[in-house]
Amino acid sequence: MTHLTQTLSLPRLTLRGISKQYPGCLANDDIHLNIAPAEIHALLGENGAGKSTLMKVIYGLVKPDSGELLWDGLPIEVKDPAHARKMGIGMVFQHFSLFETLTVTENIALALGDDAGELEALATKIRRVSEKYGMAINPDREIHTLSVGERQRVEIVRCLVQNIKLLILDEPTSVLTPQEVDTLFVTLRQLAEEGCSILFISHKLNEVKALCHKATVLRAGKVSGECIPSEEDTTSMAKLMVGDDTPVSTTYPKQLGSSPLLTITALNLPSDDPFGVHLRNINLTVNAGEIVGIAGVAGNGQEELLASLSGEHLCPDGKTIRFAATEVGKLPPDKRRQWGLAFVPEERLGRGAVPEMSLTENALLTGYLTGMVSRGMVAWNKAEAFADDIIEQYKVKAAGRNAQADSLSGGNLQKFIIGREIMQNPKILIAAHPTWGVDIGAATAIHKALIQLRDQGAAILVVSEDIDELFLISDRIGAICDGVLSPFKPTPESSIQELGRMMAGDFSQSTSEGSATQ
Amino acid sequence: MIKLEPRGERSTIMAYLSPLLAAFLTMLTGAILFTILGVDPVDALITILYVPISDTHGIAELCVKTAPILLCAIGLSVVFKAKIWNIGAEGQLLMGGLFGSYIALQLIETEGFWVLPLVLVAGIIGGMFWAGIAAILKVRFNTNEILTTIMMNYIALNILLWAVHGPLKDPEGYNFPESALFGDASLLPILIEGTRVNFGMALALLAVVAVWVLMSRSFYGFQIKVMGMDAGAARLSGFKEKRLTYFALLLSGGLAGLAGVGEVTGPIGQLIPQISPGYGYAAIIVAFLGRLHPVGILFASLLMALLYMGGEMAQISLGLPLALTGLFQGMLLFYLLACDVLIAFRIRLKSKKVKTLQPLATETQG
Repeated sequence: MTHLTQTLSLPRLTLRGISKQYPGCLANDDIHLNIAPAEIHALLGENGAGKSTLMKVIYGLVKPDSGELLWDGLPIEVKDPAHARKMGIGMVFQHFSLFETLTVTENIALALGDDAGELEALATKIRRVSEKYGMAINPDREIHTLSVGERQRVEIVRCLVQNIKLLILDEPTSVLTPQEVDTLFVTLRQLAEEGCSILFISHKLNEVKALCHKATVLRAGKVSGECIPSEEDTTSMAKLMVGDDTPVSTTYPKQLGSSPLLTITALNLPSDDPFGVHLRNINLTVNAGEIVGIAGVAGNGQEELLASLSGEHLCPDGKTIRFAATEVGKLPPDKRRQWGLAFVPEERLGRGAVPEMSLTENALLTGYLTGMVSRGMVAWNKAEAFADDIIEQYKVKAAGRNAQADSLSGGNLQKFIIGREIMQNPKILIAAHPTWGVDIGAATAIHKALIQLRDQGAAILVVSEDIDELFLISDRIGAICDGVLSPFKPTPESSIQELGRMMAGDFSQSTSEGSATQ
Repeated sequence: MIKLEPRGERSTIMAYLSPLLAAFLTMLTGAILFTILGVDPVDALITILYVPISDTHGIAELCVKTAPILLCAIGLSVVFKAKIWNIGAEGQLLMGGLFGSYIALQLIETEGFWVLPLVLVAGIIGGMFWAGIAAILKVRFNTNEILTTIMMNYIALNILLWAVHGPLKDPEGYNFPESALFGDASLLPILIEGTRVNFGMALALLAVVAVWVLMSRSFYGFQIKVMGMDAGAARLSGFKEKRLTYFALLLSGGLAGLAGVGEVTGPIGQLIPQISPGYGYAAIIVAFLGRLHPVGILFASLLMALLYMGGEMAQISLGLPLALTGLFQGMLLFYLLACDVLIAFRIRLKSKKVKTLQPLATETQG
């Protein structure tokens, strides 16, 4: 095979001094990178480190301000994604771009454009390729019938039906169960052995360690280090990612709560969305003084469950959701907040905070029930004081209370939103993906705040796709799959493997000791 | 291929300068237009922009014309903040005029301080009724309010024409399509003796202050703004979307209705087929020209009223067509939108190249 000779001589892709400046932010600063044929190369870094920009440069979506790309040793300018695909570069994005009502073959044909050829021949090819790499998919199925893991396979197969030399995967494991991750890794290793280079973008160190031959670590737009993951331990790689001054990990004592504060009983809720998930027979109790974590692959009913808890989607029967003894199933969001509910939504810009409004106004957004409004008029001085308090106590980096919400970084805005909710002294806090896209420093601060609130006796429900986070902060843990909730267990009695099975819908177990479900 | 690229940072100063720039460009284009038409541009612009207000009488007339535009526009600023696109201020104004006229005609002989308030309230209800239909359609059936309010403008106009040609026609009016003159008790009092400036202008200014307080100080106004910027955040925070939609539409409808009844009980004094030369439509431009801000809208209303007067003046003294007013209004909106786009985006001319593999070495770009 030719790739063996190439391994010795030329890297498949070389980046030399790539820089890209965005208004107010140097996203890539003099980046150098080499990927050899048959190499699985990790691009490690926190959110905002410049990983996305760099891969967009490679894929022709973004033009670098300076620097050059070498493809098989020759300087090249990638004009656009179509050009990149012609060169043999394939990319699997974190968020899929598939048409729900079309079949697998039709979706792939759309992506390939003129190169697709006859649909039947393409379907045969898809079947052959997917079987070869152990990613069985039926080309005739419509996308909306596929699970998230299967959809990702479609995206990968889309790259493989072409002559591929470099496959870029952007955080591919964030939507998979641990078992699916293992399967994916088998496929990727097989691909690499055949000579395909793989650029694996991630911030999960254990995965990088398990899979990748080499790693380039980015921090604040710069290459902060290169390493061979199998020879490093995760702590040293984490230090490269976040710098020396940020604490990398902590553990929190687990505890079990006392009296139930949030009780969901036999909640059945059909979704209004034709492609939404119907909630089926949900039973869950969250006690005062404990954090309950719900794991799950995105799109398995989390949104629907959260909307029914926030009051955005009312239940036909008020009894199905109770705050202590109060039936709240039919109460609108403001009435639930009045009772003592605080809610941190998944989208922090939009829903969590209004992007074009100031922090003061965003403090008022949910803080209005705490005496900031009298006789219909806003007491702006109180809203300002509240915003100042949040900024100070939660160390929100912002130009001040008049800064627009969308001028804050994701982590700082999330600290502001969490602070805003916690400082209203809620009895129940529901948080969706509380540290998604947040840097490690801010994530630690958010976790500490949640633990502190728990210790004050609040009931906290956390929904997250990040299993590590759930194991870190939850006192009891379970999963949601296709609108059904698994049994819940005290976290120390559960394991990642077990939770992974539950995320895939396999709830079988010997006993359900300590379970909250009835 | 033309491509719009976001400029990244938004400039607050430019956002406020944009209306001024638009006004300037409108004048400039107007001047070019006059030159082509063979009219001295300086002379024409002076005729349109200065002559109408060169004396106290002119300034008084400016106030008379400003009041209805201002009332409609200030109401629209509230719905537009909620991102509800009420294009029906014209129809709501006409219905206000019609409702008010009906009551005024029933009370022609009646004396009493309560007559005028009653007539005004009837006008407000007329406007609210017309906007309320659009609100119900929107909230209940998710109907697009742009379409319903536009269509209802024509319905309102035809109902008004029917009324003025039929049941409300003056029996002693020699079959002219107009109502009897209203009684004195139904007429808006004159504010400044010797002019036509009436109480309507005071009401309009009062509405400006009230809306200012509503939008900047009250929690209702805050909720309306949040709903417009981010409906998801409003819903999650427990703001009542339907109630706010009704409130905003009824408020703007009521103010437009007040503008209409203010016309028939003010400068006109009876119901006639043409109670508005498109004030309700002009108010849409005014609301955006004033950046949906009360002070901005006040100035924009004055400018728009001036354009109405200037158009007439140009017709009288220069023999230019009255369509000039509409033309200037259109240009003003066009330039405002263009300025806003160019302030937020920069234009890139992108040439389409053949997508082939080309080594960089042969090219200069590096």
